[in-house]
Amino acid sequence: MDRRHFLQMTAAMTLAGRVYAAPANSPRFLLVFLRGGYDCANVVIPYSSSYYYETRPNIAVPKEGIVELDSNWALTPALSNSIAPLYKNRQALFIPFAGTDDLSRSHFETQDSIELGQPLQGAHDLRSGFLARLATVVNGAEPISFTDSLPVCFRGDKDIPNISLKGVGKPVFDQRQAAILSDMYAGHPLQAKVIDGLELRQEVGRTLEMQMKEASRDAISPKGFELEARRIGRLMRDQYRIGFIDVGGWDTHVNEGAAQGALANNIESLGRGLAALSQELGGEWRNTVVAVVSEFGRTFRENGNKGTDHGHGSVYWLLGGSINGGRIAGEQARVEKTSLFQDRDYPVLNEYRAVFGGLFATLWGLSNDRLRRVFPDSAPINLQVI
Amino acid sequence: MTKRIGYRAAQDRAWRWRMNRRHGRRLTCFGAFVVAASTTTAPAATLTHQDMLWLDRITYGPTTAVVDQYLKLGRRRFLEQQLHPTDLRLPPAINTQITALDVSHTDPAIILPVVAQEQQRINALSDEGAKQTERKALNDKGNHLAYEAARREILRALYSPAQLQEQLDWFWLNHFSIFQYKGTDPWLVGDYAEHAIRPHSLGHFRDLVLATLQHPAMLQYLDNAQNAAGHINENYARELMELHTLGVGSGYTQQDIQELARILTGVGINNSGTEPHLKPEWRPLYRHEGAFEFNPARHDFGTKTLLGHPIPGSGYSEVEQAVDVLVSQPACARLVSRKLAAYFVADDPPRSLVDHMAKTFEKTHGDIAAVLDTLFESHELQASLGGKFKDPMHYVISTLRLAYDGKPIANTHPVVNWLNALGEPLFGRQTPDGYPLTESGWASSGQISRRFEIARAIGSGNAGLFEPEDGTPPTTTGFPQLSSRLYFTAVEPFLSDPARTALNRAGSQLEWNTFLLASPDFNFR
Repeated sequence: MDRRHFLQMTAAMTLAGRVYAAPANSPRFLLVFLRGGYDCANVVIPYSSSYYYETRPNIAVPKEGIVELDSNWALTPALSNSIAPLYKNRQALFIPFAGTDDLSRSHFETQDSIELGQPLQGAHDLRSGFLARLATVVNGAEPISFTDSLPVCFRGDKDIPNISLKGVGKPVFDQRQAAILSDMYAGHPLQAKVIDGLELRQEVGRTLEMQMKEASRDAISPKGFELEARRIGRLMRDQYRIGFIDVGGWDTHVNEGAAQGALANNIESLGRGLAALSQELGGEWRNTVVAVVSEFGRTFRENGNKGTDHGHGSVYWLLGGSINGGRIAGEQARVEKTSLFQDRDYPVLNEYRAVFGGLFATLWGLSNDRLRRVFPDSAPINLQVI
Repeated sequence: MTKRIGYRAAQDRAWRWRMNRRHGRRLTCFGAFVVAASTTTAPAATLTHQDMLWLDRITYGPTTAVVDQYLKLGRRRFLEQQLHPTDLRLPPAINTQITALDVSHTDPAIILPVVAQEQQRINALSDEGAKQTERKALNDKGNHLAYEAARREILRALYSPAQLQEQLDWFWLNHFSIFQYKGTDPWLVGDYAEHAIRPHSLGHFRDLVLATLQHPAMLQYLDNAQNAAGHINENYARELMELHTLGVGSGYTQQDIQELARILTGVGINNSGTEPHLKPEWRPLYRHEGAFEFNPARHDFGTKTLLGHPIPGSGYSEVEQAVDVLVSQPACARLVSRKLAAYFVADDPPRSLVDHMAKTFEKTHGDIAAVLDTLFESHELQASLGGKFKDPMHYVISTLRLAYDGKPIANTHPVVNWLNALGEPLFGRQTPDGYPLTESGWASSGQISRRFEIARAIGSGNAGLFEPEDGTPPTTTGFPQLSSRLYFTAVEPFLSDPARTALNRAGSQLEWNTFLLASPDFNFR
């Protein structure tokens, strides 16, 4: 075999994929999207701001029981057993005043626009989400969405598999039946999805069966989001590198509660799940970054119904085994009446494309050129996360 | 176990016998058709593939009755009957079921005060255990009503001859989406479907907006019941413009939302069954109808400006003025036309079609039947036939219409479970945007594999569809008869080669059913 043949052959192998499949210790990224606009001010609490207590007479989280993060910010008691320990171990950080410049204050418009990750000005390509683009510029990306349907952020030319892990039983079809079903779609526009769907179902079925056997010694079996998060942890430990999950129920217009109540219950379940996920990843937790985002924050003042309405700036979370955590990151402002955006909401000082651009650049060592393909017309900011 | 295997084996023997006879049977079947047609005055007609696909759009999937009717009337008269349905007869067995439902005899104005009193009584209980038990019992009653509401929708979708109206009914329930698990909404969703949506589903759009605006289910779901002067809640005002009438990015501002929220102050629910005590000057301004009320004591009487129109404070008539402003915007005509076209024609409908429909909408002041006439007579619809991926509701209903061809089922639980598994339960969308109408919302890899599993579940037996819900013994049984007369009329002649090949590879009736219901032919309309 001469050199030319050898090069041709390796090139073909690369094209065939899989040869450079993700090595075990390659970075993992999970995006957790809180749909509905979570009320960040009652989760990461600006406890040094008297204005916070003044404008939330019914729903401000009282100082007793909060976990101080620094001299300005504190965590809700609902996260004291899950996320607070991660923060203490420098495995969690928070970015207040994060979000998008989209001002529609519409859930659907803002979620879509964030998931597309394109410049706000100009025409949008509705078939191109930013995680899908990230998956094309990262070697061995192995993307997956842990949702019932494929989210906008994973829309793209390539088919990206999705499967909800809320309730997965044993695979239903044997190999022969699966083959007949796939053949029926040969040459059809849905062919790739049919094949992906049938294969993934078998694969996930096997992995989760193994996990269940290992865990059956545990006295209490996890439920709800924790169960889902443990399954995600296992699949990302073993195979997948870029994942997405969404969690709903954050649109607290009425009776939101404070240290206890609707929001606290929801955030407690989220925190418990994410802590479980970090355990399930085992040694790979140190190669993992989990980002928690939401489409917008909520009005800083409580509304007439002990709730909050659609706002603007949010607080993003980053979690990971080897991140430079235990701190508040990004550009900051004092929380007072005069710093509110449109006299109503948190401003956005840390735009999400710049934040994630900076994170992805360091996580995977992406060149500027590749980064521009993920976030066109965006200058990354480096928050020294890694 | 052995009994089950025996049953399967018997099924398969019957299946092989049918397959062996298939060719002969098909000839007989068509023979019968020609004879039947020649005895009437209508010209002898057979269905073309285009006819079948057209019927697949205007109905939830053809049945023998639909095919016969179409051949008798021709396309134009069939369309007219669907646009202005006069025959709403259901099979007697289905009618009996619907009449017997509790939800058919529940009035929100009567039930809400009862529920409120019950809740108060339970909250006052001192024993925590009793409190929990009673609370659960009350919730179960509410959820039972919501289930019955879904059951009624499903039965009508399956059996009503007014198939276009049934699809519109679902469409508007989705456009003005509500969620059964919010507050007392489980007690209300049935009334909402029956009295806010159904009477107007082929009527005027303005009436739909006002009927949903005045319904306690919507006022509760989007929090307007809490919206009062000095305690503004802008949730409903926002969605009324963004989702129901104008669409995001159509030109309204945050200021318009706040003004509309002020106009809507005082529009709420009366849970007590008694009129509030009002100052004498406010009494003439108080409005109520059923559990809906407009309470002037909670209203902001200042002057508002909505989309440039000044609306002086006057009470409930402000709301009617505001709705008039909203529905007469060109953006509203476009939003509604585009969404109807996305549902019936293509995910990204041709601009020419949307323009044409929007023109009809404006000309007729939002006459929905007229807009649909434009749609169904368009060449754009004709060119799109067979290209629309079925959402789960279309998928499940069309499957059952083919499998049981008008034979009345007795139990709707399996249907509800299949819709749940596929992610599109009635009254089950948590967010007010409604379910997606496009392929990308339903055809991800995970959803397709789930759908194949449901195809197998539907194809593998009757799943309890014929066991009455009241526990009485079944009077009939039914196995999905997919290789029926209807199949040989409406499906078999037009099958694609890949589907045919797969069906030939089937080793049992169950597999054959699964492959047919999983085929691309059957998943697009």
